[in-house]
Amino acid sequence: MQPVILAVAEIADGSLTRVSGEIATLARTLASEARGTALGLVVDPAPDAAAAELAAYLPRVVAVTSPASGAGTWAPHAAAEVLRLVGEGVTHVLLPATTDGRDTGGILVGLLGWGLLANADGVTWDGAGPIVEASVLGGMAITCSALSDAVGIVTVHAGAVTAVETDAPGSVESRASEDQPAIPAVAILERVAEAGAAVSLEDARIVVVGGRGIGGPEGFELAEELADLLGGVVGATRASVDAGWISYARQIGQTGKSVKPALYLGLGVSGAMQHRVGMQASGVIVAINKDADAPIAEIADLLVVGDLFEVGPALSAELRARRGG
Amino acid sequence: MRILVLTKPVPDPAAGAERLGPDHRLDRAASPTVVNGNDEYALEAALRLIEAHGGEVVILAMAPANAVETMRKALAMGAHRGILVTDPALAGADLPTTIRVIAAAIAAAPEPFDLILAGLDTSDGNGGAVAAGIAARLGLPLCSAAALIEPDPAAGSVRVRRLSARGYDLVEAPMPAVVSCTQVLGTPRYPTLKGIMAARTREIVVRSLADLPDGLAPVDGVWATRVVAAAPPPARAAGRTITASAADAAREIAGLLAERRLI
Repeated sequence: MQPVILAVAEIADGSLTRVSGEIATLARTLASEARGTALGLVVDPAPDAAAAELAAYLPRVVAVTSPASGAGTWAPHAAAEVLRLVGEGVTHVLLPATTDGRDTGGILVGLLGWGLLANADGVTWDGAGPIVEASVLGGMAITCSALSDAVGIVTVHAGAVTAVETDAPGSVESRASEDQPAIPAVAILERVAEAGAAVSLEDARIVVVGGRGIGGPEGFELAEELADLLGGVVGATRASVDAGWISYARQIGQTGKSVKPALYLGLGVSGAMQHRVGMQASGVIVAINKDADAPIAEIADLLVVGDLFEVGPALSAELRARRGG
Repeated sequence: MRILVLTKPVPDPAAGAERLGPDHRLDRAASPTVVNGNDEYALEAALRLIEAHGGEVVILAMAPANAVETMRKALAMGAHRGILVTDPALAGADLPTTIRVIAAAIAAAPEPFDLILAGLDTSDGNGGAVAAGIAARLGLPLCSAAALIEPDPAAGSVRVRRLSARGYDLVEAPMPAVVSCTQVLGTPRYPTLKGIMAARTREIVVRSLADLPDGLAPVDGVWATRVVAAAPPPARAAGRTITASAADAAREIAGLLAERRLI
């Protein structure tokens, strides 16, 4: 049986999320190594624009117009469309390791009994199936795992691969949605947005993180200022979240989000292991910290020992000067 | 109301003694165990709901036989009774089997549950897919990533603040429903002395695979996934540490960012 590898995309504000382009690239690469085929799936009330984006990465995209997937939580409807494609021959399903992606993966495991390899930081094909590299036990070990059967599901972290478009965009096939969700639908009564959360943390190229040393909500105003200047997003450690200075949605680490930005700028972040597991794969790590012996020194490309309330504003001024205003 | 909380015994992350066995799977004898952190938030939320609405909290774990000790800690927080599903054939169980067995144990419980709560994910497995899988097996709605749980027993529905990338969505589902829980629900209580004493006599029913429908575990012990290799994480080379005036330090940082084409 030839592998048929499906990338299930997520949409935010009508556009593909970063990780969606990455898993689409991954599906194409794996299909090439496996001598199989790759396709993409978009499930949304208005999927067309995102489907066209996804077709830049894949030879074939299925765009499902699903009003119900916007009126309620997404996973029951996305899972129904994946099940239909499994019925048409899909053997492997790649999902983002986000809440919606994990919910969809869990539903599929429950209904199909397929194996699931979680939180991939890298995926290769070994001839029989995917080999998934993942960080486990709070960063204590890196494991490589395989599926025992010729079918399965993989949830993938943002940044596991670099998104690369193909030379020839693929075709988009529009479909009406399945009549029934895979599990009972859950209605969304209201969507409440928080200020400053325009770009999701996992999709951000640059993340400015406030740790315990940032001292309070005022410290996060400095973090926001630097994030704005750098074109980044503000994140936080568990200590800052537990102190009530910023919402849990910004938490990075074992019990929060896992990020892999090109730049991680830590303000008053000590670098506890439970935080490191969610950020240590970042491209460049810069930290401003009072304590030269903080654990983050072990992984930072540059540690500035100093008062973040002096160095931070100076960095802000330097960045403004460099951009000529 | 009757609320079921899935409470997985996991290696204590604070002990730092987690290790993998020769098969690259977690050596569950190597470390002291605690109730999974996110499951404790679920338990706390359940206890508060019962205080407000009346009823009972039941905990359920699929774990080795010695998990009774860890479950007593959850009972000491205030849970009324426990169900432990344990069977040598389940050692190293994969995700589909875990989901099938827990769902079967829930379906086999004599009284129905209004809510089934679980942590958003576990600190050892970290896949975050069990709650959704159980909802699928039982044909129940799923409210994931809960920051607030507000059941309306009279209406037979529950409203949940579900954390989103932007903030939260207010969602509503009919009960019974499965809810996965986050730390935003609130700090778990410490057991009181009275609670610890009471927990000693609270019932933990033990179930094996023989007590559940057939065909839940693969007879030949082949799981759907396997770990083929494990290694310590690659060391990330430590960089430079500088102590300088704020202006010099700022220039240093900006210089590095420019060199790496980040600005």
